[in-house]
Amino acid sequence: MVKYFSNDVDIRTTWDHVVSAFWQRYPNPFSTHVLTEDVVFREVTADQQLLSRRLLTKTNRMPRWAEFLFPSNLSRSVYIVEDSVVDPVTKSLTTYTWNLNHTTLMTVEERCVFQESEDRPAFTLLRREAWISSGVYGFSRPIQEFGLARFKSNQVKAMKGLEYALSNLHAVRFETAAEKEK
Amino acid sequence: MNSVGEGCTDLKREYDQCFNRWFAEKFLKEDRSGDPCTEMFKKYQHCVQKAIKEKDIPIDSVEFMGPNKEKPDS
Repeated sequence: MVKYFSNDVDIRTTWDHVVSAFWQRYPNPFSTHVLTEDVVFREVTADQQLLSRRLLTKTNRMPRWAEFLFPSNLSRSVYIVEDSVVDPVTKSLTTYTWNLNHTTLMTVEERCVFQESEDRPAFTLLRREAWISSGVYGFSRPIQEFGLARFKSNQVKAMKGLEYALSNLHAVRFETAAEKEK
Repeated sequence: MNSVGEGCTDLKREYDQCFNRWFAEKFLKEDRSGDPCTEMFKKYQHCVQKAIKEKDIPIDSVEFMGPNKEKPDS
């Protein structure tokens, strides 16, 4: 059973600025849970797309009941892979992010597409989707609910972090256009 | 921001600075006049890949955008 979440955000700044800020958003005041950040692969393809892979390590903050039930998961940080494709011609940035470890407990996969708005080029549209699942027998529902709650909270921090990085480049405001979950 | 390899942070920061400038001034403007960051990237990678192996981080066998292949287009 997989929990799905999506939302659309209008970012009131140009795609060029958003993508530049994307690379510069760590550290920021809202990312204290992100411990390390590294680019581990990068390539410009023949058709001029930029492929990148980043490795992040994050703290593994679980609610008390989960810490009690899964003590072996406490000690290790979470390793996260973020793969991305920047297309400067179509003005789109697609990112795919997922955790490499603690996967039996929970997997969180997130896809983001940042696209220059066709009718309003001063705006960037962000469509964010997440798939959250747990393989722990008998606990998958509460774990998935926790996972979704943490994802939403992290999403707010991520937007604030991006806003912070952008404000170092340019002033910006975010508006949530639509949100759904199932 | 720190690198996962404790000794790699300076190399990472040097590379990041070079990349950010190249990205905004060349790549986004579709200027293909060459990447000034290749040497810096090599040094940084040499350091960080070593740290990844030492810490047993299971990233090598992971296909680029792997799990995305099974997902419907948004």
